[in-house]
Amino acid sequence: MSGDSVRRQIVGRGIPLPGNDIDTDRIIPARFLKSVTFEGLEQHVFADDRVQAADHPFNEDRYQGASILVVGLNFGCGSSREHAPEALRRWGIRGIVGGSFAEIFFGNATALGVPCLAVAPKDVEWLMGAVAHQPEREIVLDVEAERVRLGDRTIPARLPEAARKQLLTGTWNATAVLLEAGEEIARVAQGLPYLSGY
Amino acid sequence: MDETLLDKVWRAHTVKMLPSGQTQLFIGLHLIHEVTSPQAFQMLREAGLKVRLPERTFATIDHIVPTASQMRPFGDLLAEEMTVHLVRNCQEFDIRLFDLNSGMQGIVHVIGPELGLTQPGMTIACGDSHTSTHGALGALAFGIGTSQVRDVLATQCLAMAKPKLRQIRVEGRLARGVYAKDVILSIIQRLGVKGGVGYAYEYAGSAVEAMAMEERLTICNMSIEGGARAGYVNPDATTFDYLRGRPFAPQGEAFDRAVAWWRSMATAPGATFDDVVTLHGGSIQPVVTWGINPGQSVGVGDRIPNPAQAPETDRAAWTEALAFMDFKPGQPIAGTRIDVAFIGSCTNARLSDLRSAAQVARGRKVAKGVRALVVPGSQAVAAAAEAEGIHVIFQEAGFEWRKAGCSLCLGMNEDKLKGREICASSSNRNFKGRQGSPMGRTLLMSPAMVAAASIAGEVVDVRELLR
Repeated sequence: MSGDSVRRQIVGRGIPLPGNDIDTDRIIPARFLKSVTFEGLEQHVFADDRVQAADHPFNEDRYQGASILVVGLNFGCGSSREHAPEALRRWGIRGIVGGSFAEIFFGNATALGVPCLAVAPKDVEWLMGAVAHQPEREIVLDVEAERVRLGDRTIPARLPEAARKQLLTGTWNATAVLLEAGEEIARVAQGLPYLSGY
Repeated sequence: MDETLLDKVWRAHTVKMLPSGQTQLFIGLHLIHEVTSPQAFQMLREAGLKVRLPERTFATIDHIVPTASQMRPFGDLLAEEMTVHLVRNCQEFDIRLFDLNSGMQGIVHVIGPELGLTQPGMTIACGDSHTSTHGALGALAFGIGTSQVRDVLATQCLAMAKPKLRQIRVEGRLARGVYAKDVILSIIQRLGVKGGVGYAYEYAGSAVEAMAMEERLTICNMSIEGGARAGYVNPDATTFDYLRGRPFAPQGEAFDRAVAWWRSMATAPGATFDDVVTLHGGSIQPVVTWGINPGQSVGVGDRIPNPAQAPETDRAAWTEALAFMDFKPGQPIAGTRIDVAFIGSCTNARLSDLRSAAQVARGRKVAKGVRALVVPGSQAVAAAAEAEGIHVIFQEAGFEWRKAGCSLCLGMNEDKLKGREICASSSNRNFKGRQGSPMGRTLLMSPAMVAAASIAGEVVDVRELLR
């Protein structure tokens, strides 16, 4: 694996996005999925929410250039569209810290090398407040130590062990790892009645 | 040890344990469509990889197809381009495509079971969150993202962590006018939209056992709306009867051998679960959503709740939902005026769904000012409905009878809400902007309830029209 793909620490300015259960239709509305590539998705991230709320964080000058998104509970629920983490990544998001994540979104983000760290709800609240107060300060998402640091405060964070290992070893693109099984795949297929006419 | 279906299917498909601690899981059936696959094919090309088992991937076109006229080229040039790419990718990689001229096209989660591709004991994946639908036949079916579509194409495997298992028992008999949709909306209301994260759901209990296959498909379809990536019902006589004679189901003696294996994959009587939840089917009433996620619902006879009474983590979301919907706490949900009625989607566009709605619509008229659409889930559903004359019942009542596709469920085709319209919808998501208008509003309910609302021009209790 190339060193470029190892995700040990993500360091950057934060952008807070309050609210729970933010679904992937809101992250990237379906009409922007009418394309055979992911190109240009960053222009449409939170497209409708940003029109409906002029003070949406993604509209605010002070958060431009941020790379760490701070979110609430169950972020990324709903549609499995990988366009959602792709849109965030292409906008500049390199890591996400939040209360919790919907399962498919979490897997999709990890598959793009974007770590999603979970912290306690009170810490989400503190982080959002701290980022809003001083958006120029850098947050450190420490994948290896499972910690988030901002200023002199260190917050414990959780990352499922499998995702942590994939990020730390740069193996979050699973295809290469799965290909290694080779003949073992054929052996399992041979044992399945529905692949051999029962 | 007494194993669950999850245990047995997982074990049978385990290739190996990966260094990450995940399981390399063989995927027995891979379904693809035009929206989430083109980038995956491009990644394959860039990596110089082939499709490992092209005969285990099947494609259809559903999300972006127009439902008024399906003549090619489509008027929407982006939709046409996506279609061209899907056709080309399927040709290049030797994948069977159920195209618009096949008689077998339809919403991917409608055609899989209908063609007999979906079978008990299988692992199934598709780049669509409603893949959980296929669990109704006793399969383990997961929605996946595009990177994972690439993984399955290249290796026929996924790297997955085994989920925990929650059994959800629905006991007793459902009242007349109460449908599978009301059951799953009640489950999500009770357990919340994040209650299922990390779990698969096993649906059981006498009410589920009594359900026909199409009702089970509706239940499993919305597992993901409760946060659970997969949901299933153990295979039984209903499952086997449903599969018998379908085009891709085993035939003759092979069918009997298949039944023996399918039976053996069901959860053993003594198996245990990480959690068990029981609901009483008899107390479920027709359900309508009032908010912007599928957990925000009430019985049709109830009032919209007050955020002051919400659990603390939901209070802000309830307030936001009421503001978006322009509803007041304490307002009865019945009597809410509607502008659009939509009967369709992978949740509720099968023949029995159309029959239940037609039973309400028969001899009645859609209210003035209401735009009402019926969009069959597949070409086969459309043909079966037309053979029964169901389309005539709808047309005489003032519904538009459309061609198969995802349609107004998600606003990726020409069927969309306008402005602040309110839609009574048999689909699965009431998210902000979901039906194609950023400020459009969705009320989820059963197809029979949608038919009732379209006739009354407002939300009503369908049981009043069934008397």
